Amino acid sequence: MPGTIAVRMRNITKKFGSIVANNDVWLDIWNGEILSLLGENGSGKTTLMNMLAGIYYPDAGKIYVGDEEVVISSPKDAFRYGIGMIHQHFKLVSVLSAAENVVLGLDIKPVLDMKEVSRRVKEISDRYHFNIDPEKKVYDMSVSEKQTLEIIKVLYRGANILILDEPTAVLTPQETERLFDVLREMKKDGKSIVIITHKLNEVMALADRVAVLRKGHFVGDMLVKDTNPGEMTNMMVGRPVTLNINRPLPVNPQPRLKISDLTVVNEEGVVKLDHVSFTAMGGEVLGIAGIAGSGQKELLESIAGLCPVQSGSILYTPDGKPAAELVGRTPMQIKQAGVSLAFVPEDRLGMGLVGTMGMTGNMMIRSWKKGKGVLLQKKDPNELALKVKEELEVVTPDVNYPVRRLSGGNVQKVLVGREIATEPTVLMSAYAVRGLDINTSYIIYNLMTSQKQKGVAVVFVGEDLDVLLELCDRILVLCDGKVTGIVDARNITKEEIGFLMTNDKEKGGSGNAENG
Amino acid sequence: MNTLLNLLISAIVNGTPLMYGTLGEILTEKTGNLNLGVEGMMYMGGAIGLAGAFYYSKFAGANANGILAVIIAILLSFLAGAAAALIYSFITISLRANQNVTGLALAIFGTGLGQFIGETMRVKEGGYITVSNELKTYFYSSPFPAFLQNIPVVGKLIFGHSIFVYLGILIACAMAFYISKTRYGLNLRAVGESPATADAAGINIMKNKYLATVIGGGISAIGGMVYIMTIAGGVWNHEGLAGEGWLAVALVIFCLWRPLNAIWGSFLFGALMILYLRLSLPIPSEIYKILPYVVTVVVLVITSMRRKRENQPPESLGIAYFREDR
Repeated sequence: MPGTIAVRMRNITKKFGSIVANNDVWLDIWNGEILSLLGENGSGKTTLMNMLAGIYYPDAGKIYVGDEEVVISSPKDAFRYGIGMIHQHFKLVSVLSAAENVVLGLDIKPVLDMKEVSRRVKEISDRYHFNIDPEKKVYDMSVSEKQTLEIIKVLYRGANILILDEPTAVLTPQETERLFDVLREMKKDGKSIVIITHKLNEVMALADRVAVLRKGHFVGDMLVKDTNPGEMTNMMVGRPVTLNINRPLPVNPQPRLKISDLTVVNEEGVVKLDHVSFTAMGGEVLGIAGIAGSGQKELLESIAGLCPVQSGSILYTPDGKPAAELVGRTPMQIKQAGVSLAFVPEDRLGMGLVGTMGMTGNMMIRSWKKGKGVLLQKKDPNELALKVKEELEVVTPDVNYPVRRLSGGNVQKVLVGREIATEPTVLMSAYAVRGLDINTSYIIYNLMTSQKQKGVAVVFVGEDLDVLLELCDRILVLCDGKVTGIVDARNITKEEIGFLMTNDKEKGGSGNAENG
Repeated sequence: MNTLLNLLISAIVNGTPLMYGTLGEILTEKTGNLNLGVEGMMYMGGAIGLAGAFYYSKFAGANANGILAVIIAILLSFLAGAAAALIYSFITISLRANQNVTGLALAIFGTGLGQFIGETMRVKEGGYITVSNELKTYFYSSPFPAFLQNIPVVGKLIFGHSIFVYLGILIACAMAFYISKTRYGLNLRAVGESPATADAAGINIMKNKYLATVIGGGISAIGGMVYIMTIAGGVWNHEGLAGEGWLAVALVIFCLWRPLNAIWGSFLFGALMILYLRLSLPIPSEIYKILPYVVTVVVLVITSMRRKRENQPPESLGIAYFREDR
């Protein structure tokens, strides 16, 4: 291990409004190493690296490249210091060719010499055994090719420090292996590589050193050969915190949704849900844990009829009625069949509410079919809006005040309040407390619990493991679209769930057994 | 043969103002700004360009230099359009207002202001304004020597046009070269396609958008002046531009956002506009006048059906950009 340090970050703090994304973080990047930056979602990994790449500017702290203190205020500055970042969402212009994308924004001769650019792109691809055609348009490329192009773009700019933000999230296992080979090759050339990840097996397979962030704080770093997955999980999830959410035992739980062998493939052909099977009971809270993008969104959307299902079945059993199959029905048909699914989307303003309308208008969106005649009937929605405002303590000057102008917590309350008002038998919510303060979060938790006591099957997709452990009766863990475990929330530790969330390889066997 | 030749020549004359309007709007739209105010900018360019030439000839009297008059008209109309586009840019790029609404407002504002300036001049100067006949020839006639124009058949077709035809073609070629062969053009396209990508690559989004929109507005406005000084005979009349600016917006789509297509595209549209004068079929002239729009719709249908990515509008067209701070 070479002993010289390429980049030092000292006392870095970054805030977004009232949310502290990075708090007094220290990080060293050595020359010629592969460093894994490990942490849960929202632990501030990407934010920290974005400051190195010139996307964000730190509120406090210092950055040194070599021995020199530097100010990185734009991506151009970052390139000047040899730092290049490959973002999770590729930054490529799809109608341009590979070579054109590579030279975008560079200070080269005014008249483009695309032959020369193509030659240099070829040179770089040959060096690292990439297989890329410089003339190919980006819109014709596969995800893996796009990623390769991003890497070439960074290398073309002479980067010595490459930052990759969750590079394997979009790749097949074979492509991941190839990427790792390339990264090892680059390390041999003396380049430093930082790979942002939450997958422990990747850390073990690839990295020399690992640095762990938790909730914006730097927890520690160590050589990978001196550590093990257990220790890393501990550092990642931290010690248990007691929240004291009121959690009564489920009373007489009845199967409400029976999901078997549900498989969903997205438009790009990536398998998002892989033979998922489970049963959601009325009268209990089923938590869904997993790293973001493990298939939570697809799971909820396929139940709600918003997402096409490849295979499998979703059986819905209303109280005292025969079971009905939901797969293949439109969202409206699912509703008409007597199924009331209340859906709190992840993007609350984007998918759940109309920002420029007031609370009354948004209540009406759910119930417009009940109205008779052509004229709007505002009386019932208005009463409902007043009721939600009262019960959930929504802070708004008026029920007709545009919800867009309310704070995040209040928007959330409007959304959840409306969904509960439809008296669902299955209440699904995704990230219902994202970005909310503690008090508001508790209001939402209590709402979930009171719904459960009414016999509703509550499906709660959450990010914070502490909350899931305190709120839910059972927890289903998703990893890469597979169910890696369905556990009793009262008798499991955070570490065990952390394992299920990340170690798909070790637990893959048992997960399949459960599905089969 | 002669009929066809005459049709071609008048198509070119009629298409030239359109060519400017279209070229300016192509440059604007390439950076993702949909400026629907072309009609307004052309009106302003027409009125102010005419004012420039008229007052110059009035004050210079017999010493008036025709070439200088043409240059003054070009410069002033360019500045008028650029100023109008600057207002548009400030509202849509800096304040991020809705581009369609702003563009429509500019179209109405520019039309009104152009009419106001034109009418005020006309009334003040005794009900009729025009430049001297001697100066007019500089706007109308070909810059090439007579022997070239006298070459049989092709002489008039190639060398017989006003200076504005050649200037327009020159601008189109320069723009095509700039957009597809230089790194500045590459950056400009990136801004219009994916501003977030351009931003991450260190390209100055604001500068690119402002410059392209302002210069594009100026070029469009020259078209208004060309219309007044050539087709309208150097006289301000109540009819103004008769919707040339709107046609230019349609022509941008017809040309698939490519400057070189604007050359033949505008001549084709010029031909469609005057077809009713040349072909005397027993149908109302209004039918002929909708032909350019029908052609645009057909092109839209065909390109949408073929879904070739290169033929689609710039991806961020009509969308304001700001660097998201989470």
